[in-house]
Amino acid sequence: PALAGKFGLGRPALPEEIAAWDLDIAPDGTGLPVGSGSVLDGEETFAEFCASCHGDFAEGVDNWPKLAGGADTLADKDPLKTVGSYWPYLSTSFDYIRRSMPFGNAQSLTDDQVYEITAYILYSNDLVDEDFVLSNENFMEVELPNAQGFILDDRDTTEAHFWTEPCMENCKDVVEITMRAAVLDVTPEDETAKAEAPA
Amino acid sequence: MSNKPKGLTPSRRAFLKGAAAVGGSMAGGGAALAASPDPLIVEKQPWAQGTGDGVDASPYGLPIQYEGDVVRRNVEWLTADTISSINFTPIHALDGTITPQGCAFERHHSGAIDMRKEDFRLMINGLVDTPLVFSYADLERFPRENRTFFLECAANTGMEWAGAQLNGAQFTHGMIHNMEYSGVSLRSLLEEAGIKPEGKWVYVEGADASSNGRSIPLEKALDDCMIAFKANGEALRKEHGYPARLVVPGWEGNMWVKWIRRIEVTDQPIESREETSKYTDTLEDGTSRKWTWVMDAKSVVTSPSPQSPIKHGHGPLVITGLAWSGRGAITRVDVSKDGGKTWETARLANPGQPMALTRFYLDTTWTGEEMLLQSRAMDETGYVQPTKAMLRETRGENSIYHNNCIQTWWIKSNGEGENVEVS
Repeated sequence: PALAGKFGLGRPALPEEIAAWDLDIAPDGTGLPVGSGSVLDGEETFAEFCASCHGDFAEGVDNWPKLAGGADTLADKDPLKTVGSYWPYLSTSFDYIRRSMPFGNAQSLTDDQVYEITAYILYSNDLVDEDFVLSNENFMEVELPNAQGFILDDRDTTEAHFWTEPCMENCKDVVEITMRAAVLDVTPEDETAKAEAPA
Repeated sequence: MSNKPKGLTPSRRAFLKGAAAVGGSMAGGGAALAASPDPLIVEKQPWAQGTGDGVDASPYGLPIQYEGDVVRRNVEWLTADTISSINFTPIHALDGTITPQGCAFERHHSGAIDMRKEDFRLMINGLVDTPLVFSYADLERFPRENRTFFLECAANTGMEWAGAQLNGAQFTHGMIHNMEYSGVSLRSLLEEAGIKPEGKWVYVEGADASSNGRSIPLEKALDDCMIAFKANGEALRKEHGYPARLVVPGWEGNMWVKWIRRIEVTDQPIESREETSKYTDTLEDGTSRKWTWVMDAKSVVTSPSPQSPIKHGHGPLVITGLAWSGRGAITRVDVSKDGGKTWETARLANPGQPMALTRFYLDTTWTGEEMLLQSRAMDETGYVQPTKAMLRETRGENSIYHNNCIQTWWIKSNGEGENVEVS
């Protein structure tokens, strides 16, 4: 709801330019390119471009992200958050892989390769069978397990008691140290501080 | 990259500092009497006889070598590599509110990219009357604004959810910087393209491989967001988005898209990776909050603290720290020395500015007693910074992001500090 061209700065974007940069895909499938890819082809593509960091079965190597597993762990002490256990929308997987993966060589995959990899990640999460083929036609039929797992920011209501007049005196009877960072000892050493700290 | 600061041989300086500390302690808080004349006074020093550097010695200067510990630090075990990673601002050693750009923290998802102004392009497309492309030079021709804001990573203090982990304000609270930005309002760019009535959101992305795309409601985009090209008077640093970044006052740092290349007006949020997989906050029952944009009121004592121990003995002590709120201006900071039993209201160095860092001081006398130092910020909406126990009560321990709890430093009788939790 605003005026256009107040200053006459910039120039119209050409359709080819918009097509080159506007790659995002919304949860309702807006932006999905025409194409398809099978789990079986995805297994090979994943092995070639992804498995060195994410593992042959998308289970993750070393500290690199795990893309599969962790079903029903979100309320655990240490949840495992993956595409299968946590992500709400498959659109995000396609969008993110196409724009930003593989790490270090982003935007090098064809649309069909992205469909293949996405299909393979679904398979790795036990969400489709090995003969599954993902395409722009059936994309919206896939619902991820945690699609309903998100709520809007509700701090204004659930944390309404944080808006209060704070206590200034006699706020507690006893104060005891319950946890110490020095016991864990995972902070990088600071040579200077050590050299200059009082004995 | 080495973490080790340069200029590590503290010999003479450390010796003199140490001597001063002992003298202070012995005097029991009063001024120390000199036993013999101070050679730094009675002997001619080289700097008083010879000459210093000429004005052409350093066309763009760096801090003096003795400040070599005031640097960004990395914590290797936090991330798989340093490309998609984080480092920390040395807030324990800074004062005032403006963060020097050279030691202001970095967070990249595919590294700090190198882009010339000549190669910069900013596209506005989607639900607009005329999709546009701007050059960098175009940006400089829009009416300009200067405003100071904090940028706090959503994950600042995130390692502390389950307990006291990292020993120093730099590591627990240093994913933050505060700069004076010069740039143009996002509103003026959007109006140049003309927003269609169906437009409800903007989707913003960077020019780097990660793209860091985020959805922002149109109301916020038209309210106070900026495209900034200068910070603290000079061009943005490469690692902070040169030549232009988005400024989203009060909101989580992830949304401050660097190397910004595209703004798309949409009728729906994109639900990108950075607002689904990441920057969503899992609660104790396994459901997760999304779109937790605002950074709540928060504060930390920066000195004394584990990296900034008391070295001067008993007597006058300056307790200082930073407070900030994404909901508006800081109106008050209280400090406790006894772990929250009693509180004193600190002095704000300057009146709090909306969504910017605020410096506080508590001028006190220390006689060697152990302290459990805490600070508690209040903002203009009446929000009071909560304890970690209060946060855990509503959120559990797996939220990762948005930990704005009250921090406790245990200051021991020898002046050393430690990160602790208290009952």
